[in-house]
Amino acid sequence: MQLRSPLARVRGLGAARAGTDEFITQRLTAIALIPLLLWFVGSIIHLARADYATVIEWIKTPWVTVALILLILVLFLHAHSGLREVLQDYVHHEIIKTIAMVAMKFFVITITVSSVLAVLRIALGG
Amino acid sequence: MATQQHKRPLSPHLQIYRPQLTSFMSITHRATGVFLSLGTLVLVYWLMAAATGPVAYQQAQTLLSSGIGLLLLFAWSFSLFYHLCNGIRHLFWDAGCGFEIKTVYFTGYLVLATTLLFTALAWALAFTVHGGV
Ligand code: HEM
Repeated sequence: MQLRSPLARVRGLGAARAGTDEFITQRLTAIALIPLLLWFVGSIIHLARADYATVIEWIKTPWVTVALILLILVLFLHAHSGLREVLQDYVHHEIIKTIAMVAMKFFVITITVSSVLAVLRIALGG
Repeated sequence: MATQQHKRPLSPHLQIYRPQLTSFMSITHRATGVFLSLGTLVLVYWLMAAATGPVAYQQAQTLLSSGIGLLLLFAWSFSLFYHLCNGIRHLFWDAGCGFEIKTVYFTGYLVLATTLLFTALAWALAFTVHGGV
């Protein structure tokens, strides 16, 4: 029989010390996304009517390649940590929550790798 | 909690509150965050199409400039500018600034105004500079 109440078991242990990292990731990626996204949206407006060759040439520009990869990495880091917070707030069933979080992580890693690879294929391709 | 023995008071249900700018903007930040996350899939698709070749890229462009494509892009751009501007508001709060009720309402309206302005500006540029999307 469990004689101690849940509160008594955790009292004095302090916080889990796992939340601060998440908080900092979310804010740092948010700050980095401001210039990255403004630049990206501006470029897309500029390229809206461009033909294929122009777009490829743009992606091949060395600093554009770097900026695009940075954007992808920061964007998915921010989206992933944000979506995880949303899941934690609304999904209360422990097992379903764990499955959803793992599935989401696999999915986000897959599309992150796919998009970085797409940029690299264009940048390094002939 | 299974072991809860007393009927402790709960906070009132959301529905009984009068709609307020503050709560509306808060949930909209979350909604746009989730919507933008879904929208990143379009970015992934666009990049992969460009990496695949001219035909795939042309297909993507056709899809994106169709009626539904443009509607989605418009919704995405609006959400982005809202989330970006309101995100900056959030960052100021995180730094401990702007909590006075008057300031909260002022920055709230400021975010709404800049969102409309940026969205309008972006699409005006897209349509005028190059004569169409
Ligand atoms: C396409 C780009 C973006 C996506 C997909 C995205 C996605 C998300 C998601 C899913 C959340 C979680 C929402 C929540 O917990 O309520 C979030 C939160 C947040 N985002 Fe973004 N975001 C993007 C761009 C930005 C930008 C440019 C900023 C710049 C300031 C920003 C600032 C924030 C902040 C400060 C939060 C935390 C809000 C809070 O404390 O509840 N985001 N974002």
